[in-house]
Amino acid sequence: MKVKITVNGMLYNKHIPNDMMLLEFLRKYGYVSVKRGCDTSNCGLCTVWVEGKPVLSCSYPAARADGKQITTLEGVKEEAASFGRYMTAQGAEQCGYCSPGFIMAVLAMRRELTDPTEEEISQYLAGNLCRCSGYAGQTRALRAWLKDKPWEKEGQA
Amino acid sequence: MKLKFVNQPIPKLDGAALTGGKGVYTEDMVPRDCLVVQVLRSPHAFARIKSIRKDAASRVPGISCILTWEDVPQIRYTLAGQSYPEPSPYDRYILERVVRYVGDPVAIVAGRDKDCVAKAMGMIQVKYDLLNPVLDFEQALDHPSVIHPEEDYFHHYDIGGNPSRNLVASGSDAHGDVESALEACDVVVEGTYYTKANAQAMMETFRTYTYLDHNRRLNVVSSTQVPFHCRRTIAHALGLPKGMVRVVKPRIGGGFGAKQTLVSELFPALVTLRTGKPAKIVYTRKESFQASNSRHQMRVHVKVGAMQDGTIKAVDMHALSNAGAYGEHASTTIGLVGHKSIPLYARQADFRFSWDVVYTNTMAAGAFRGYGATQGCFAMESAINELAVKLNMDPAQLRLKNLPQVGETMPAYYNEPLTSCALPQCIRRGMELIGWQEKYPCVKVDDHRVRGIGMAVTMQGSGISAVDTGAVTIKLNDDGYYTLMIGATDMGTGCDTILAQMAAEILDCPMERITVDGVDTDHSPFDTGSYASSTTYVTGTAVVKACTQLKEQIAAEGARRLNIHPERAEFDGDKVYDRTHPETSITLCKLAQSLVAGVGPQWLTATASHCSPTSPPPFMAGFAEVEVDLETGETKVVDYVGVVDCGTVVNKNLARVQAEGGIAQGIGMALLEDINYDPKGQMVNSTFMQYKIPCRTDLPEIRVDFEESYEPNGPFGAKSIGEVVINTPSPAIAHAVYNATGVRVHSLPITAEKILMGRED
Amino acid sequence: MYTIKSYVFPESLEEADELLQRDCRNNAILGGCCWLKLGRRRIRSAIDLSKLGLDQIEVRDGFLELGACVTLRQLETNPHVTARFDGILGRSVSHIVGVQFRNCATVGGSVFSRFGFSDLTCALLALDTTVVLQRGGELPLAEFLASPIAFNDILLKVRIRDDGRHAAYESVRRSTTDFPTLAVAVSCLEGRWKVSVGARPARAVLSDDAARCLESGEGPAAAGAAAANELVYGSDLRAGGDYRKKLAAVLVRRAAQTCMERENKG
Repeated sequence: MKVKITVNGMLYNKHIPNDMMLLEFLRKYGYVSVKRGCDTSNCGLCTVWVEGKPVLSCSYPAARADGKQITTLEGVKEEAASFGRYMTAQGAEQCGYCSPGFIMAVLAMRRELTDPTEEEISQYLAGNLCRCSGYAGQTRALRAWLKDKPWEKEGQA
Repeated sequence: MKLKFVNQPIPKLDGAALTGGKGVYTEDMVPRDCLVVQVLRSPHAFARIKSIRKDAASRVPGISCILTWEDVPQIRYTLAGQSYPEPSPYDRYILERVVRYVGDPVAIVAGRDKDCVAKAMGMIQVKYDLLNPVLDFEQALDHPSVIHPEEDYFHHYDIGGNPSRNLVASGSDAHGDVESALEACDVVVEGTYYTKANAQAMMETFRTYTYLDHNRRLNVVSSTQVPFHCRRTIAHALGLPKGMVRVVKPRIGGGFGAKQTLVSELFPALVTLRTGKPAKIVYTRKESFQASNSRHQMRVHVKVGAMQDGTIKAVDMHALSNAGAYGEHASTTIGLVGHKSIPLYARQADFRFSWDVVYTNTMAAGAFRGYGATQGCFAMESAINELAVKLNMDPAQLRLKNLPQVGETMPAYYNEPLTSCALPQCIRRGMELIGWQEKYPCVKVDDHRVRGIGMAVTMQGSGISAVDTGAVTIKLNDDGYYTLMIGATDMGTGCDTILAQMAAEILDCPMERITVDGVDTDHSPFDTGSYASSTTYVTGTAVVKACTQLKEQIAAEGARRLNIHPERAEFDGDKVYDRTHPETSITLCKLAQSLVAGVGPQWLTATASHCSPTSPPPFMAGFAEVEVDLETGETKVVDYVGVVDCGTVVNKNLARVQAEGGIAQGIGMALLEDINYDPKGQMVNSTFMQYKIPCRTDLPEIRVDFEESYEPNGPFGAKSIGEVVINTPSPAIAHAVYNATGVRVHSLPITAEKILMGRED
Repeated sequence: MYTIKSYVFPESLEEADELLQRDCRNNAILGGCCWLKLGRRRIRSAIDLSKLGLDQIEVRDGFLELGACVTLRQLETNPHVTARFDGILGRSVSHIVGVQFRNCATVGGSVFSRFGFSDLTCALLALDTTVVLQRGGELPLAEFLASPIAFNDILLKVRIRDDGRHAAYESVRRSTTDFPTLAVAVSCLEGRWKVSVGARPARAVLSDDAARCLESGEGPAAAGAAAANELVYGSDLRAGGDYRKKLAAVLVRRAAQTCMERENKG
């Protein structure tokens, strides 16, 4: 079918297979930050935003994205890099394979929750699995980032 | 010595690329015109293929080739990534007429895209003669079904196996007379412990792509921990000269031992050889669960005897291990069960450790962080905790009384000397952090919730003694920067960074002046690979040697340029100068430039390799606090403290995250991770939906501390950390649950159901 | 993984209905697609309702109405939902996998599929809930759940009587984001009780005996025992039937107790 999908502000007018998933669409057009970690909608590695909301691109039909705005890590590069520095300052990225999906969830959380408690943070991010870190390093990075609020200084949305 | 880079929390060199979502992993680099390869797998646990009809499937437009057992080399090999000659038996073909577990490959299908491959897969008709599978590892020995009757079964040396009995390996190790020693003991405890075939569950599944280069050589790009073993095994299994195979390792999305075994490599390699075209395979998560390798499922029987004062006088252990359908890592993992658990208590004890490893018709086991030590630790430490109850002694004091001392030889650890150990400090520090005095054994929260605490200690090794070898080349380039070439494989652990830290320390230069190459068997120096907790200790020592040599060469070349006696030349990282006249100097930049061009230059590189005759153990004490709901059995780990002695901590951040991550995996093993098979041999937990690894809401904020010893044989005093950190959670949590509820769970995972039903018995 | 021959966004419910009737065995209404993905359905026409405005949450005519395309995440964040029934609807789904999953999964998909593990169905069953179908009209949730799946019909919305009842939700899970091993919802309005037990592992059903215990003043413990005895508990990967039965007694007792406390506080 024919779809019009906007990825990070760029419009894609494409013919796609009807059963294509958004993940496959995004990787096909070079958004390699989007990773697949499972086949059962459980791991969160493929997290991207549809109209600003985090979804699992492995399960989201590309056809359903017709007419919608998609954001991947490549579309929020600077803010991701800013948070990424908090991650690497802890060594919390480890193998890095879950980092893009995790960072997309973190940036969505920042937009959705105001002054979240530690429990709210961990609830919000519970869908992002990481096998390397045991999450404690991620938590330290998050704490420091939420305390510093670099997005205010950097004048980001 | 004041260290500038070693012992510092330096960020990982690849951190920005990884968090920036760059295309640095295997699948991100696949050429566009790559054939898609998938494997048709056996739906039966044990069967002989009667016939395969593939003609209709072959005619599906886009299909390039379909290979079956008739199309592969009849060469036996092992997939285990171990140094040659491998201790694992050669018991595989790429495709075989007999299938030995649900998931064993039956046909390799390659085509233009995934759709045509999927269509063709559905059209291949396979008829099987079903055989009676062996699914229960306790029934495998001398079972009427023989899993490996083949005549060309091969091993390099005797590992006590007998395939006609379904026995992969067996053996024993003893010191003194354990039977008499047990009889003389005041108190004896005895128990049988079961651990499961846990999945490593790294986030990036297995994947490989292959192509032929301009020299018609087979190039293999793969997510592997063992590129050099890969090259050797691929060449052997495909009947190629080793020189015709090149293996490249890009960034890896985790391994934890899973990628110490070849899994996905041979399928696209064979397709590329047959078609001349590039080919790729990317395992689904289900394939990764069902058709790769796992931790060895085990049953460990332990008997420990002590005198009334707590002196342990006898340890008798037998371990039965389930190799699954193939024998990768079978004889070696089982060794660690006893050799990494008994030495902690064998100081004044007679001991015996005996083992059997059996074949069954389940997925082959392989390497998983801890490598047998984890299973042994659960059994041994649980027994020690039970012994403390029987002796009416504090379990921490019981351990402190029996631990080996620095300077002693450890008879249960291959008679290696103990050259560094801060385990007593780890125990004391951990007790303080967890609040042992206030909380042991338990605290009531309300009418139905109780908090209990528990502990365990453990040791691992640092590389395989006299086997693991790492070579390193360091090059001085024309602007005075260095290229550090290693064959050790960073799989997210950060070894590229910590090895660069060591190089920077020796060469006295900023980290930015050192680049670390990925692994490419054409260009990197040989390394056995990243496993057995070897990289920091073994390859690290090679880095120290090579950099020291290079430093000497730089000073010598500088002396030549300065026309001074070499003994007067000093290299401070930026310049070579005359020690007696410091104003006489040449900058490294200028020196390096002059070394690469012009008459009589000598481009400087240094290569060194290292193999350690011993494997100094790192140690850890783990403390768990759990909260149990006595009415539902639900158990939550509310606090976990791990205190580690890994010698000098090379990078505080990375070591801490290694420990936190290992403990998290250990908690998963203790409470959640449960591989089960149905009565026909089909794995039923082959997704993240059914096989639950811990998510952040399942875990406390794990607390890690270090008690540094100084290991005289390690680089800058370092030992290993990668594996030792996964061992303590199972026994410590089992202990905490016992202290909270009085229920002893001897069989992992410790589920709410087992606790609640146990309370009622 | 499923396959789709044609993917359609109908512009009206009538069009959706007409499309479905053409071949209701092979055509399918799409929900959030997360569960669908686990099967191997070969779908001729996939009918996507997401452009029909069914993602609305409204309070009208004395009912809280949840459109079929409302996501599970909306139940956690929409003030109409969180302010009612002591917030059990949002709470019941908050353990399901993760936010990015709950932004995909829908109310319609969860309820229509009658999954045994559905937390949402268990919670809805303890409220005064009906479902509205394109062809079948409006019927009580319990009746809908007990009837076989009608593949020729479309679930349009779920209606919950906005009667101000108090409610409580309890579940036990092997890991915090897993399916429930057992789920229980209890509600109370003017002395009338509903006790719903889900993930037995079969789908949620009401325990009338437990409700009677509470109505006759025998108390939460008796209600727990009644629910444990009345309903059937089976074994699966997550737990054995015996363990589930014990859990039912505890969770029903706890939920009833909580509900009573809330009732007493007003």
